[in-house]
Amino acid sequence: MQEELFTSGRNIPNIDPSLQIWHWPISLYLFLGGLAAGILFFAALFYLMGKEKQYPALKKAAVIPPIALSVGLLALVYDLTHPLFTWQLYTTFRIESPMSWGAWVLLITTPLSFLWLFSFYRSTFPKWESKLKLFKKFKFLEKFEKFLITNRTYMAYALIPLSIILGVYTGILLSAFNARPLWNNAILGPLFLTSGLSTGAAAIILLSRNREERHLFSKIDLGLIIVEIALIIHMIMGYYAGSQVQLEAMDLLVGGEFTLMFFGFVILLGLLVPAILEVIELLGFKVPVAVPAALVIIGGLLFRFIMVEAGQLTRYLY
Amino acid sequence: MRYAMVIDTLKCVGCSDCVVACQTENNVPHGYCRDWVTEAVSGSYPNLELELRSERCNHCANPPCVRCCPTGASHVIEGGIVLVTADQCIGCGACIESCPYDARYQHPDGYVDKCTFCHHRLEKGQLPACVSVCPTKCMYFGDLDDPNSEISQLLKNRKYKTLSPEAGTDPHVFYLI
Ligand code: SF4
Ligand code: SF4
Repeated sequence: MQEELFTSGRNIPNIDPSLQIWHWPISLYLFLGGLAAGILFFAALFYLMGKEKQYPALKKAAVIPPIALSVGLLALVYDLTHPLFTWQLYTTFRIESPMSWGAWVLLITTPLSFLWLFSFYRSTFPKWESKLKLFKKFKFLEKFEKFLITNRTYMAYALIPLSIILGVYTGILLSAFNARPLWNNAILGPLFLTSGLSTGAAAIILLSRNREERHLFSKIDLGLIIVEIALIIHMIMGYYAGSQVQLEAMDLLVGGEFTLMFFGFVILLGLLVPAILEVIELLGFKVPVAVPAALVIIGGLLFRFIMVEAGQLTRYLY
Repeated sequence: MRYAMVIDTLKCVGCSDCVVACQTENNVPHGYCRDWVTEAVSGSYPNLELELRSERCNHCANPPCVRCCPTGASHVIEGGIVLVTADQCIGCGACIESCPYDARYQHPDGYVDKCTFCHHRLEKGQLPACVSVCPTKCMYFGDLDDPNSEISQLLKNRKYKTLSPEAGTDPHVFYLI
């Protein structure tokens, strides 16, 4: 059998550059993008179904996306080595570059998430308004608010596709890189979308003070966790069926450096335990739903970190 | 016009002259490289074979680095040479992640850099620095579209390979084996 026994690249001391160029800000950004996408999706969907009165936490949760997207954007810019040139992202639109359309989707979704929040600001957060007295200070806000409220339906219609694209994009950003065998699988888009929706539902649960609402979102979250587990199994099976480089990439997750993190924290604590707790809750036993919700969120965050880190360790040559 | 490089692995002695020439010619900052020499030992004992390869950006005909670039800083010019415009590069790293050959690096000045086939020398009618210094003359450079060029002839008459063809990038650095 011919096998490559030993390969050394860049056989010159002091020369091998570090290829690990994406750091924690990217993982954080992918997580926050998914979280924001999840919340915006549910908020817009329930609004269009005319159920926003029944589920008040959705309106409260609208605070999260603008913050998450702004912080995510800052993190993204922070990780660029030429942050002052960020505007160059917006002088072109390159359909083939996921980075490019991600930047554009973000450019549209972020302000929209602010407007969406603002349209609920007075009704949902009367205490803030009595402190801030924004409407007294700025007279034009009244008109603007009215305009937004009458156009909420359009905003919701826009937010549904935008949030789905945003959620899928957090995964496609990675899966588009066929040079990194761990990332190069088509499941990553739907998987990150599902995970984003699930963390979004979990955040809504955490903000909810209403039993019925928590119940509903626990059920939604449970469904999403099941889909997510199925997708992860699919992903691992895909590596098994893949080429040598993919098998080696998978070894990082199964029986390698990231195994404990992946199986222990993401799968067990981030998916299975919350799923079991949610089932127990649905069966009528008392479980503080904040626990599974918090676990889902932490699991979602770690999942991004692992995929970004481990993916960069996988390569084609040597 | 399609520039390509042909490297004879049977003649390469792994002296790394090409690497030093490139660093000097292109002002590559210390600790980085645009080209490098790989030693690959293959086979099973006792039938081992050592291959020495001078590697660099393959100026792929289907370059994922250009596709992934969100600003258009990475682009293809006349002759199929893949270049990065430093002023347009925001240093997002998408191209580094997308290159299966790890041919790109982040320049300390904030942009991404890599082999240019010594584009500036070609314009003056000179060969790439690495090709012109090679003491064993194991590197050849020329036009692949011209059937009479030295490289076309070599590829016609010798056995050759490209690196990771399974990545689908259609590389244009060829290794004679
Ligand atoms: S070798 Fe890498 S950097 Fe060069 S053209 Fe191909 S993909 Fe791009
Ligand atoms: S790092 Fe520069 S050249 Fe590479 S993809 Fe980003 S903007 Fe383009």
